[in-house]
Amino acid sequence: MKTSPMTRRAALALGGAAVLTPASGLLRPAQAAGLAATPTMRGGSNNYRPDAPIVERIGGGGFWMTGTVRRAGDGAPLEGQRIQMWAHTTEGHERDAHSHGATLTDANGVFRMDMPQIVPAFGQAHGHLAYDSPEFKTVFLRPLLASPSDTTLNVEFVLEPA
Amino acid sequence: MNLRSRLRTVLIWGALVSAVLVPILAAAASPLLQWREPIYIVAGFAGILGMCLMLVQPLLAIGVMPGVPLQTSRKVHRYGGAALVFAVVLHVAGLWVTSPPDVIDVLLFRSPTPFAIWGALAMWAVFGAAMLALLRPRLPLRLWRWGHTALVTLAVVGTIVHAVQIIGAMEPVTKALLSLAVAAALLTAIARRKVWAMGLRARRS
Repeated sequence: MKTSPMTRRAALALGGAAVLTPASGLLRPAQAAGLAATPTMRGGSNNYRPDAPIVERIGGGGFWMTGTVRRAGDGAPLEGQRIQMWAHTTEGHERDAHSHGATLTDANGVFRMDMPQIVPAFGQAHGHLAYDSPEFKTVFLRPLLASPSDTTLNVEFVLEPA
Repeated sequence: MNLRSRLRTVLIWGALVSAVLVPILAAAASPLLQWREPIYIVAGFAGILGMCLMLVQPLLAIGVMPGVPLQTSRKVHRYGGAALVFAVVLHVAGLWVTSPPDVIDVLLFRSPTPFAIWGALAMWAVFGAAMLALLRPRLPLRLWRWGHTALVTLAVVGTIVHAVQIIGAMEPVTKALLSLAVAAALLTAIARRKVWAMGLRARRS
């Protein structure tokens, strides 16, 4: 009788290891050192107007643009960072100066802006946000609303030193 | 003309007119329009009108519109083609005025929106099909027929994919129905003309 080079015990052990190793997370690649910086999105800077004023709210408000600003690597919240935003809303087109505004992050790196309702324009309901100050590298974002009827949009910035 | 054929004529024309009018009226009722400047609205409706022309053009090409003689039908098809080119130009120009950087991204094929690439493809296909029509007297028959058929097919596919993905003024159900009608009209025309029967090259006898 020809015997298999592999015993039943070896086959079971090998099979078990093949199932357990990926499940246990042992094959996960080495984590890069911490949080990666947010890349600029295509079209993010369209209709940007540099130096939008810091305002309490844009227009009549009613839509919350919220988010966080953190440092790449250790993820530490960044306070006092100026985030600029603009969108096509119920009160104006993206190009209109009154559709633009800026706000600063608080001690927890959180920003919140009350702005008019974003409505679909150029095929998608989307907003524009920018970090464009000297301390960190410039980032332009163009996030989409999951649904055009959403009344809030949360956006995360991870910045790396300029 | 007997009663039956007259009824048929009325029905076909009625269906065609409503296939064009219903999506336009539905879009005209869109709440989005109240937040758009006139030039943006004009640009959007130029796009919708262009798509409606794409429904009529294949039917005119094969002369199946009841009560319209083939010669007249062909002539109207030429004007329809010119109107389609004009609609596309108005669509792009109006959007350009509304938001120049977005349109530049589209024309350079670097827009973040997937439907924009299809729209740009359809635009070039419409221009190409019109160009072939202008050059037709100097073109070999096969090049003309295959070329025009291929380009209008690309234009129709591009336009449908473009339109369906957009969240805009068009109402989704009427948009889907118009898309189906446009595709059906093109397929009908291709099937009637049997472009393939002529082969890709002239037969040597």
